[in-house]
Amino acid sequence: MLELRGITKTYPGVTALDAVSLDFSKGEVHAIAGENGAGKSTLIKILSGAIVPDAGIVRLDGLELGRVTPREAIRLGISTIYQEFNLVPSLSVAENIFFGLEPMRRGFVDKKRMHRMASRLCEDMGVELDTHARIKDLGVAYQQIVEILKAVSRDARILIMDEPTAPLTTKEIDVLFEIVDKVREKSVTIIYISHRLEEIFRICDRVSVLRDGRNVATKDISETNQQELVSFMVGRKLDEIYPSRNSSPGEEVLRVEGFRNGKLKGLSFGLRRGEILGIGGLVGAGRTELARALFGADPLVEGRILFLGRPIEIKKPQDAIRQGIGLLPEDRKQQGILLGMSIKENISFPILKDLSRLGFLRKKREKALCGELSGALNVKTPSLDQKVKNLSGGNQQKVVLAKWLGTKCDILIFDEPTRGIDVGAKQEIYSLLTKFADEGKSVIMISSEMPELIGMSDRILVMRNGSIAGVLEKDEFSQERTLMLASGISEGGEAFDGSR
Amino acid sequence: MAADSFARRLLGKYGIILVLVVLCVLFGALSPVFFSTENIINIFRQVAVVGIVAVGMTFVILTGGIDLSVGSIIGIASVFTAQLMLGGMSAFWAVLLTLAICSLFGLLNGVIVNQLFIPPLVATLATMTALRGIAFIISGGLPVFGFSNTISALGQGYLWLIPIPVIIMALTFAAGFLSLNSTRFGRYVYGVGGNEEATRLSGISVKRIKFSVYTISGFLSGLAGVVLLSRINSGQPKAGQGYEMDVITAVVIGGVSISGGEGNIVLVIAGVLIMGVLSNGMILLNIDEYVQWVVKGFVLVAAVGFDRVSQRRKLSA
Repeated sequence: MLELRGITKTYPGVTALDAVSLDFSKGEVHAIAGENGAGKSTLIKILSGAIVPDAGIVRLDGLELGRVTPREAIRLGISTIYQEFNLVPSLSVAENIFFGLEPMRRGFVDKKRMHRMASRLCEDMGVELDTHARIKDLGVAYQQIVEILKAVSRDARILIMDEPTAPLTTKEIDVLFEIVDKVREKSVTIIYISHRLEEIFRICDRVSVLRDGRNVATKDISETNQQELVSFMVGRKLDEIYPSRNSSPGEEVLRVEGFRNGKLKGLSFGLRRGEILGIGGLVGAGRTELARALFGADPLVEGRILFLGRPIEIKKPQDAIRQGIGLLPEDRKQQGILLGMSIKENISFPILKDLSRLGFLRKKREKALCGELSGALNVKTPSLDQKVKNLSGGNQQKVVLAKWLGTKCDILIFDEPTRGIDVGAKQEIYSLLTKFADEGKSVIMISSEMPELIGMSDRILVMRNGSIAGVLEKDEFSQERTLMLASGISEGGEAFDGSR
Repeated sequence: MAADSFARRLLGKYGIILVLVVLCVLFGALSPVFFSTENIINIFRQVAVVGIVAVGMTFVILTGGIDLSVGSIIGIASVFTAQLMLGGMSAFWAVLLTLAICSLFGLLNGVIVNQLFIPPLVATLATMTALRGIAFIISGGLPVFGFSNTISALGQGYLWLIPIPVIIMALTFAAGFLSLNSTRFGRYVYGVGGNEEATRLSGISVKRIKFSVYTISGFLSGLAGVVLLSRINSGQPKAGQGYEMDVITAVVIGGVSISGGEGNIVLVIAGVLIMGVLSNGMILLNIDEYVQWVVKGFVLVAAVGFDRVSQRRKLSA
């Protein structure tokens, strides 16, 4: 139904898409897989009319489309759901669904009819949702569902979803997939962009893999497997993604005692030298809050920190940094990096004091040091003066890591180290972390990805509702046990929920 | 293609300088005196006060803030220095004391923003009103004059051919440039405006940076007030009224992003000069003052619009 022929797009210095040809048929869920920088985002932007390709043809139902503008794309029934939603937080579900196309009566919005139409739509799609609820009171999952309803109400024929499951919990993903199935039944073509291979195999009919701007393969899901997709994506076989290591953690360097604040309910644990301590749990269990409290980013009501047995005060990030602790936050763009600044300026940011004399920067030294760090971490860039916003997620993450390595810290708190990062960069981050721990330093790694948690950690601490649900030693690691602890299911299979 | 995108980039980055050149050529063609040495010196002297304040405003806006109180601080500086000198204090000490007081008023803005969590627009709107009141109270609502005229050398003197206020402005810009481009502090100023939370999590005291920029803005407004006083040799409680708008206009025309984190102080000089050239040129052409206001408003939209459009082009190209 939708055909792309020889789509090419070049940016100064990079070919984002190189003569890509793809076919999407009616009513299929078609996955686009590929590493960051493979050209997936460029492809979405071309389809949604945000950018114009240098060459190539787009055909819809055999008709050649000229220059597609965003308005034109919507008129043709192409809807895109980006990672950042296009909803008005203060308006209700119904008002958002019919935004700009409200049913009118005598010049005023016919609210009754609007809510009736919205309810019917929800019913039709098997969604339970109060159409009067305001968007800002809904969770991310339901906000996304509203986006989908909005697209469906506008008779979308093609629905593009960009990493839809990234912010969702396992349960929410199930709900989303049910709706995706319903949408497919309406003969809507869904273009599904995701890093998560398991999901592609769960709901997609076909998959196309992009690599370096080229379409390297299009396969029916039944004819391929994860290993093969990964090898298409990276262009090589990927046997072992997690580096093997013989860890022998040393003495306890850090001890957390009775941490308590709005989200944390009194938790204690220790961290050993040379250890990678994984922290698992469901979204909202308080993992990020723990990281922020330990780093002094959020205040504690109660609790203390011992460093090599001595109590220390961490009231603000400066204190943590002085003790040799670094934090790589979960929300990289909002908290980790300065998007408008260069790679060099980002890396040197926390250590400018050491790189200046009487307040004046020693720019040669700065350049040399940052060059060394970014080289050691293999940041792919033509120049250190490149702005960070122009880098891929993986390279951005490496810049944040380089920044903390530059502070010569001994303890890294890494919140979701590989979120939004492609397979190749993931592997590099893993081996950097392993190397860091092998040097006798320690890592606290928060992760929602079970294989990552099990593959990387020496010990896993599972959190639930702001406290520690259990600690797993290496020989006890399993996805099932971690999940059971995280969701509060006892070994016997019965559910108990401590706090509520 | 490469040359085309290069030209476009240059235009996107330095388009404001082009606007300045076009304006000069236009006024030069319409008025024979525009390019005379005397008139050029005149333009520089006229923009000196706004220029000095614009440096402080650049720091504040780069952190994502704004300072509406600059005009009122100019007024306070004007009458306070005059009163001190009228009371028999030497010009030197009067100026020093005034600068200290004005820096404290700047710091006060920082305190309100940092400790009371009031958005800068509201915080400095309040101090703008209150400080103007104080200026009137100090002077009893009347101009203050009759002090010894030793201070007039500051506003009316020359070093070779260059008026002293212009030299002060040049030094202020030089200090601002050095501070923003070559010091740790400058990097932090950009950091706070670019991403406050990331800056805080990098172990930098965001509050300290904000205290500093508002203090700098207060200090430079005080300096500008003293220059203004010495030029007219009389302390005016109304001095500097409405200057905040001229200053913000100049800084924004100079391409400093109003949301913070981006901007180049060199181009702010162009912004200041555009404002000065416009005023001067239109006066030379005998254009009605009210019409001048309309033109200035139009130029603000045109200059910033030009900048924005070329930025967007650059992005989608």
